[in-house]
Amino acid sequence: MRTLKFLLRKEFLQIFRDKLILRMIFALPVVQLILLPYAATYEMKNITLSVVDNDHSEYSRKLINNFTSSGYFKLVDYSKTYSDALDQVEKDKADLIVEIPEGFERDLIREDETKVLIAANAISGQTAGLAVAYANTIIRDYNIELRIQWIQQPRLNAIPVIDITSSNWFNPQMNYKMFIVPGVLALLVTLVGFLMSSLNIVKEKEIGTIEQLNVSPIKKYEFILSKLIPFWVLGLFVMTVGFFISFIVYGIYPAGSFWVGYLFAGIYLIALLGFGLLTSVYADTQQQAMFISYFFMLIFILLGGLFSPIENMPDWAQYLTYINPVSYFIEAMRMLVLKGSSFWDLRYHFLIVIVFAIVFNGLAIFKYKKTV
Amino acid sequence: MTSEKEIVIKTDNLTKKFGDFIAANEITFEVFKGEIFGFLGANGAGKTTAMKMLIGISKPSSGKATIAGFDVYKETEKIKKSIGYMSQKFSLYEDLTINENIQLFGGIYGLSDDEIEKRRSELINKLNLQNEADKLVGSLPLGWKQKLAFSIAIFHTPKIVFLDEPTGGVDPITRRQFWDMIYEASHNGITVFVTTHYMDEAEYCDRVSIMVDGVIKALDSPAELKKQFKANSMDEVFLMLARDAKRGE
Repeated sequence: MRTLKFLLRKEFLQIFRDKLILRMIFALPVVQLILLPYAATYEMKNITLSVVDNDHSEYSRKLINNFTSSGYFKLVDYSKTYSDALDQVEKDKADLIVEIPEGFERDLIREDETKVLIAANAISGQTAGLAVAYANTIIRDYNIELRIQWIQQPRLNAIPVIDITSSNWFNPQMNYKMFIVPGVLALLVTLVGFLMSSLNIVKEKEIGTIEQLNVSPIKKYEFILSKLIPFWVLGLFVMTVGFFISFIVYGIYPAGSFWVGYLFAGIYLIALLGFGLLTSVYADTQQQAMFISYFFMLIFILLGGLFSPIENMPDWAQYLTYINPVSYFIEAMRMLVLKGSSFWDLRYHFLIVIVFAIVFNGLAIFKYKKTV
Repeated sequence: MTSEKEIVIKTDNLTKKFGDFIAANEITFEVFKGEIFGFLGANGAGKTTAMKMLIGISKPSSGKATIAGFDVYKETEKIKKSIGYMSQKFSLYEDLTINENIQLFGGIYGLSDDEIEKRRSELINKLNLQNEADKLVGSLPLGWKQKLAFSIAIFHTPKIVFLDEPTGGVDPITRRQFWDMIYEASHNGITVFVTTHYMDEAEYCDRVSIMVDGVIKALDSPAELKKQFKANSMDEVFLMLARDAKRGE
C-alpha cells in the first residue's frame, strides 16, 4: 500500500504537469456541452420548400399558407413546372417540392377529393422523412379544417373522428436539449476515461519506463490501481464540470439524486478503465492505442443511442447495443436526469455495468504481465 | 576468481526459444559477489534476451538459474527486490524532477521516508546536482541522465545491478566517470552485470563472457582471454570470435 502511495503521487504529478491534458479536461466539457446540443438537433426548422402551384386558387393559396405558417418550412421558390422545381432540388436550394395540380379547388369541391404531390430530396434520409411527415400533418390538418367549414350545423357527426392527443412525459416541451445533454455528459466521461487510461499506459511502454517498473517489486494490483485511480478521479471531475455547465447554460440538472448519478458513473468508469487497460495490453505504441480506441469509441457512441434512438435501429444493431457499455450509461443518465429514476429503477443498469467492470478488469488483470 | 567466493548469479543450460529461433542457447556461467561481469556480444547475439531472463521479466524455455539465491522461475518477485536495473532506453520519468524520481524509486523499493531523504541528499551532493534537484529530468544533458539513472538503479543498495549498454551515446569523459561510479558500487559489494559494445570498457571488467549467436564462446578475465587468443586487445579477441556470427542486426 505504501508503494501505491508513491505511484499515485507520480501519476498525479505527471497529469498536473501536462498543461495540454489539463486544458483539455476543461475545454472538452465546455465545448462539447455548449456546441453539440445546439448543433445536433433533430428539430427541423428550416426545411426549404419549392412550390409549383398550377391552380392559383384561393384553396391552393391557403394550403401554401398553411405550410409557411407552420414554422417548419421556408418558402424559397415558386416554380412554374415540376421540372423547374426539380432543378432547385438538384442545386440543393430546396428540400421539398409541393405540386398542386390544376383544378385543385374545383376537384376538391365537386369530387370531394384531389391529389397533391410532395417530393422530398432524400440525400439525407432523415431530413426527407421528417419533411414528408410534417407535410402530411399539414395537409391532414388542412383537410380537416375544410371539412369542418363545410359541415353545417350539428347533424349527427357525419364522419366519426378519433382525435388523438398526446402529452409528452418527462420532457413536456419536447426539448431536444433535454435529450442530448445527458447523452453528451455520458460521452464526456467515456472519452476522458477510456482514451486517457489506454494512452497513458502505452506511453510508458513506448518510452520504456514501464520496463523499469516491471523489474521492480511493484505488485501487479498496485500498478493497475495506480493507473485506474487517477483517471477515475478525473472522469468524475469532468462529470462534475459537465453537470455544472448543463445547469448554467441549459438549466438542466438531474431530476433524480446526484449520488445515484455519481455511484453509477463511478462503477461505469471502473468498467471503462478496465477496457482501456485491456487495450493497452495489446497496443505497443500510442498510435496503435489511439486507433484501437477510436475503433471502439466510434462504434460504442454511434450505437450507444446518443444521437439516434436505439429503438430506431435494425434488430441486429439493437442486439449489439446489449454488449455496449456506453449505451447503458447514456440510458441511465437520461433516466436519471429526465425521469428522476431512483437507484431501484436503475438496478438492472447497475447490475450490467458491474458485470462489465468485472469482465473487463478481470481480463485486463489476467492479460497484463510484468514480463515481456 | 576462486571458488570460495560467494556466487550471486548461477545459470545452468539456460535457454530461451521464440518458436524455432533459439535466442539464448544453453548458457552456463557463474558470477561472484562484488564482481564486475562484462556480458559481451554483437547485436542480435542474445545478450538482452539472456539478461531479461535473469532479471525476471522473461520466462526461460529451459535450463536453470538462480539470482541472489532465488529461482528465476518461481521467485521472480524476490529477485526483483534484490536487483537494480538500468535499461538501454533511458527510463527515468522525464516529466518528474530529479528529487521526485529519486523519491519514487526509493518508495517503490520500500525504503522508509527518513532513509529516502538521507540517501537523496547524499546522492544529490555526490553528483553535484544541488541546483538541478528540482528541475525536470528531461532538461538534463544525456551524460547526467545516465549517471542519475545508474545512481537510482543502486539507490536501494541491491545485491546485483544489471546494466544494459549503459554508456551508449555518451561522451568519453562521462563514460570514464560512469565507470568510476561502477567501480565504487563494486567496491561497496554490489555485483555489476554489464553489457557493452565498447571493448575498452570490456578491459575494465573483472571477467567477461562473449556471446555469439546465442552461445557463450568465451568466458574469463580480459588478461586471460587475450593470452588465450594471442591478442593485444579485447577488440581483437572479440573480432576473432564474432567474425563467424550468422546473425546480424
